[in-house]
Amino acid sequence: MLEGRTDRGAVPHPDVHTYDEVNRDVLRALETPGKAWWALLAVAAAGVVLFFGAWGWQLYKGIGVSGLNSPVGWGVYITTFVFWVGIAHSGTLISAILFLFRAPWRQSIYRAAEAMTVFAVMTAGLFPLIHVGRLWHAYWLIPYPNSRFLWPNFKSPLVWDVFAITTYFTVSATFFYLGAIPDIAAARDRATGLRKKFYQVISLGWRGTDSQWHHFGKAYIFLAALAAPLVLSVHSVVSWDFAMTIVPGWHATIFAPYFVAGAIFSGVAMVITLVVPIRKIFGLEAYLTTKHFDAMAKLCLLTSLIVLYAYLSEFFLAWYSGEEIERTAFWNRLVGDYWWATWTMLTCNGFVPIMLWFRRIRHSIPALFVISIFINIGMWFERYVIVVTSLHHEYEPFAWGIYRPSLTEMALLLGSFCWFGFWFLLFTRLLPPIAIAELKEVLPAPTRKKTGEAY
Amino acid sequence: MGNTTGLLASYEYLDSTVDAIKALKKAGFETVKAYSPYPEHHIEDALGYGQSPVRVWTLVGGLTGTATGFALTIWTSIDWPLVVGGKPIVSIPAYIIIAFEMTILFGALATIIGLFVLSRLPSIKPTVVYDPEFSSGRYGVYVEGNHQSLEEARQIMNEQQPIELREGELDD
Repeated sequence: MLEGRTDRGAVPHPDVHTYDEVNRDVLRALETPGKAWWALLAVAAAGVVLFFGAWGWQLYKGIGVSGLNSPVGWGVYITTFVFWVGIAHSGTLISAILFLFRAPWRQSIYRAAEAMTVFAVMTAGLFPLIHVGRLWHAYWLIPYPNSRFLWPNFKSPLVWDVFAITTYFTVSATFFYLGAIPDIAAARDRATGLRKKFYQVISLGWRGTDSQWHHFGKAYIFLAALAAPLVLSVHSVVSWDFAMTIVPGWHATIFAPYFVAGAIFSGVAMVITLVVPIRKIFGLEAYLTTKHFDAMAKLCLLTSLIVLYAYLSEFFLAWYSGEEIERTAFWNRLVGDYWWATWTMLTCNGFVPIMLWFRRIRHSIPALFVISIFINIGMWFERYVIVVTSLHHEYEPFAWGIYRPSLTEMALLLGSFCWFGFWFLLFTRLLPPIAIAELKEVLPAPTRKKTGEAY
Repeated sequence: MGNTTGLLASYEYLDSTVDAIKALKKAGFETVKAYSPYPEHHIEDALGYGQSPVRVWTLVGGLTGTATGFALTIWTSIDWPLVVGGKPIVSIPAYIIIAFEMTILFGALATIIGLFVLSRLPSIKPTVVYDPEFSSGRYGVYVEGNHQSLEEARQIMNEQQPIELREGELDD
């Protein structure tokens, strides 16, 4: 009954010894904001103002302030929507799928990754609302009994998307909050004053009793088991927004796995981008070691190869099909009006990550930070290429046209990063950024009898 | 102190905690509660836990979701029959996606509700004896009994050298 658990000590945190140390180090992040944090928050808040200002301007003037027009009716908004949904994916991947596979390096990263997921879906969810223009009609997407008994068309991928995204937001937010409850209780037990009141309420009276842990453990496994296929389904559904049409460049069966791999790729890169400053600002070097970054870099490398393979097979199949329109569409991507976007995508997502083959690069945190930013840029351009180059050059030559994003669209794109960053910054100050309880599970348990009986 | 009903011991070591629980169980104490800073299998084993009924909530929730997803899509299609894209009025392949998403949604929410019901959360008002150290690095064992049996419990708990042993009372 007392046999040792093999996952104990699988990832050594050589500089962390006792449970008290974990509480002290992680909860310290909630106490000292520092100048860097306030400066970042000020920038993010300014960006949030810009974001809602630009959206308000579009609502006031109409959708004409964007560059969207025939033939390119989907532009920066849909690109950014897909980008943020993609970012959201690796959070649940790290928290749910790696949990089910017992990957021992996830503990110190997954809280931040899950927070990223929740905020990224919150950001992504705004873009369809921005894109529809007439915001006040957005509720038509929801099936509700109306006076004419009209229902949404459940054969439409856009309605699938509504269901997928709302489910994803609900489940990932629930999963995030549930996992955080024991750590909020830990924060409550050390906090004073108003903060204590706040944590008392949101920890829901967690005491860490045997029965609470027992049910919690089981509930967590089931939520992870439900979230794992959900991750794969959500970006598949997003890809079907494109693949279910007959637009050349969109109508491809490869889209679902191609989008899922791309989503995980961009998401892991974003985790690296976010975790590097957290580690620095809050002094969590002992918890986020090169081993963790190495594992994330390998995941990036793997998904980068899958994505590159998908690019190449798309080009190959366009040529191999012998279908003239399909061939033209892909040739147009490489050398057409948007060649710069395609080459940015290929460089950032296919070629730059080749550096991750080298251990020295994987172990250098500044190098990983720079590469992760390249990947973020590349993955935004991937969606831009898919959305815009396919639409601007469809079947009929008289219906070809050029799309240029307007200033309003650029403001909303920039503002979306600030909106996301704003929530993420608040998270780092309000919730323990590293999973305290789960980290303790991988530390060796303190025992009185040093008899070698494995605990 | 005549109306003492419980004793709370804090331990520094996991093996002391597990041994104390086992000894208390062996001595015939019914209500033994443990606190730990993280989910600890050895404590659960010592207390003799079986399967958690949370799984029933998950299953029932998930199946309800599947049924709801199909029911919603099929019923609304029949309610106002409209041929879209030359497809049948009731297009099951397309509806699988809605049913799948609702399976996950209902399953997840039912799991959470099940957890809350089973572990009596949220309980904002403190109703159990507690020590803030239990969320940091200490283990706790709480036992209930009548006045005489608690003397025996005190002895058993002291054998494992607790950091602190106090009489149980409501606190925060």
